[in-house]
Amino acid sequence: MLGRTANGLFWMFRYLERAEHTARLIDAGLRMALTRDMVAAEEEWRSVIATAGQREGYEARHSSYTGIQTWNHMLRDPENPQSVLAMLGQVRTNARLARNAISSELWEVVNDAWHHVSRMLARPLGQNQVGEAVSVVRRLAVLAHGAMIGSMMRDESYHFARAGSFTERADAVARILDIKYYLLLPSLSYVGSSLDTGQWDTVLRSVSGDRAYRAIHAGQIDARGIVEFLVLDARFPRSLAFCHRALKAELAALAQIHGREGKADALMREADSLLAGRTIDEIFEEGLHQFLLGFMGRNNAIAQAISADYRFLS
Amino acid sequence: MEGSRALFDEMHDPSGAVRPAYREFSRWFSEQDAAALERKHRDAETIFRRTGITFNVYGEAEAEERLIPFDLVPRILTAAEWRRLTRGIEQRVRALNAFLDDIYHRQEIVRAGRLPRRLLLDNPAWLPLMVGQRPPGGVYTHIVGIDLVRTGEDDFFVLEDNARTPSGVSYMLENRETMMAMFPELFMRIGVETVSNYPRRLAKSLAACAPPACTGRPVVAVLTPGIYNAAYFEHAFLADQMGAELVEGSDLRVVGGRVAMRTTAGYKPVDVIYRRVDDDYLDPLSFRPDSMLGIPGILDVYRAGGVTIANAPGTGIADDKAIYSFMPQIVEFYTGEKPILANVQTWRCAEADDLAYVLDRLDELVVKEVHGSGGYGMLIGPAASREELEAFRAKLVARPDNYIAQPTLALSRCPVFVERGLAPRHVDLRPYVLVSPDTIDITPGGLTRVALTEGSLVVNSSQGGGTKDTWVLKE
Repeated sequence: MLGRTANGLFWMFRYLERAEHTARLIDAGLRMALTRDMVAAEEEWRSVIATAGQREGYEARHSSYTGIQTWNHMLRDPENPQSVLAMLGQVRTNARLARNAISSELWEVVNDAWHHVSRMLARPLGQNQVGEAVSVVRRLAVLAHGAMIGSMMRDESYHFARAGSFTERADAVARILDIKYYLLLPSLSYVGSSLDTGQWDTVLRSVSGDRAYRAIHAGQIDARGIVEFLVLDARFPRSLAFCHRALKAELAALAQIHGREGKADALMREADSLLAGRTIDEIFEEGLHQFLLGFMGRNNAIAQAISADYRFLS
Repeated sequence: MEGSRALFDEMHDPSGAVRPAYREFSRWFSEQDAAALERKHRDAETIFRRTGITFNVYGEAEAEERLIPFDLVPRILTAAEWRRLTRGIEQRVRALNAFLDDIYHRQEIVRAGRLPRRLLLDNPAWLPLMVGQRPPGGVYTHIVGIDLVRTGEDDFFVLEDNARTPSGVSYMLENRETMMAMFPELFMRIGVETVSNYPRRLAKSLAACAPPACTGRPVVAVLTPGIYNAAYFEHAFLADQMGAELVEGSDLRVVGGRVAMRTTAGYKPVDVIYRRVDDDYLDPLSFRPDSMLGIPGILDVYRAGGVTIANAPGTGIADDKAIYSFMPQIVEFYTGEKPILANVQTWRCAEADDLAYVLDRLDELVVKEVHGSGGYGMLIGPAASREELEAFRAKLVARPDNYIAQPTLALSRCPVFVERGLAPRHVDLRPYVLVSPDTIDITPGGLTRVALTEGSLVVNSSQGGGTKDTWVLKE
């Protein structure tokens, strides 16, 4: 397939993941805001924006943190290139670019949802509309993954698309952990201690991990357990270990199709040795922040190597 | 306009009786509930929107995508009508290819005094680098769209020959898909010739024109200007349906004497390029050194037999409107037969007598730019205001050779679905023709464009026209 098309697929799924992740963050923020007092809610929205990496853009336009400003900024502000609307636009543009490499089912899901969402986000959303908008975005992601799994050939297209999803997902989860860790910990001595359970609950919700985590830990919320779950539990589809393993499988499939390995595969092996067999104690000993920075850096290097190995750009 | 003259209605004869082609449809229609049809009509829009069958309108600041309005009443032709049309189209397309081969070689038609030499040499679509060049298989116009209009039972005229990169075929295909999805029972009751194998026929036809350098199964690619092009949907659609790659100029480069595309595994040669870009954007080395678009050196490869370009460079001259006015002579010169399909009467404003006639009757005529297309830059005399007429008169006098004029035709009308049932609107027809070294293949049907505004004669989608599914009935 064309390198440009592979690039389109890779980014189509990165943006889809990013849009979904942003929608989840808003969802978690909404829940938090409803269950806390005003001051705490403001803090919560501030951390939602920070977690999404949109602080600079937001603060350039607003001097305070309120729910309505936050979700409108993140969902639809025409000035915000990282809004969900802008990202879904990118999803669709990349789907159009790669139109020949995706199934009609997948294209129609994306196209249909884009028309729906762009109508929905044409005007600022009030308290009673934001929940619906967020769930439409999340449903789009579910439908798109379903359409892909059910209708696409397991050829290069599929593997580039999946590689895009897992690269982005790993980055988003590592980022949310890293930011929460900084925001929530008054000082390093708090590492591993019992922390504000509500905040950690938000972290879990923003990766749709609350249910799974509760089932494993019988409802006990503790920081160490959550970090272990999100970093090392390879059964959970948004943990770093899962994303890493899945990305590795996609790269292996691509290498097999092409009959050769590239720089991305070499980097993958290197990353492997840094994650395999690690325990949560070791990670805390190294320092979670250091660990996450290293993880994100390698993840990003792998993404760039994929782009070079498979001639995404001329 | 000759408003008093009876307009030809394709569904009803002058007594009001339904013509044979529409009989079964009319029976079915009378059994339908208007509200249900209205719902179906909205369903159709939803289908188009979801599938992404949209186009961008040139000249609009926001390159937003629009739907071309779709009318759910099919345009129906009988087998006998179609047979006659295909004979005429085939003859015309054969002549077009012979003409192109001749003008880029011995120019017998000029030597015989049937065509002024200046019409070739002064023409922007004339491509000197094609002189002496014969494309693989001898095919110049691999894909042609012949625009036909009708004014009476047996009176079909060719309005335009689209020999560069005719568009709209995806609408022919999707209109049919939509009709079959909405009204399956209609297709049970009425035998309609299929159009859905067009992409297969196109792939086969293109592969049959593979260049000498092609050794294995021909690799076909559709070359698009990109996602912001008005017809991008169609480019992607055709590539998808043919199982071909959809490439942009930046994906291609000349490697080892071949044109190759950048794949995830390196550069791979392409044998046949179905290009949906103009000549000017093919090769910056030959055309526009300032251009970032195109593939440097592609024309050298082409001339050495390393790649097939469809349609061939330089074919645009055959759909020039000044050349059009000579088509009756061209058909006769190359086929030795009288043209089966007539031209619309055309005055060449470059000629003094014709210009005088046109200036005299500007308010009755349609005046078009010689090199224009898409309904842009034309004057429809009867619909123009006094100011518009005067402004156009000035342009005409300043550059007469830039214009031709034609009578305002009493285009036939077909019913469209409106709130109160059916109402007649003007239509034209563009059948699609595929040319390979030994066959001319005409898909039974085509694109019917319809002027949705009552009384309007402009069917162009860029100017408020819509489309209909076009049926050719089985014998």
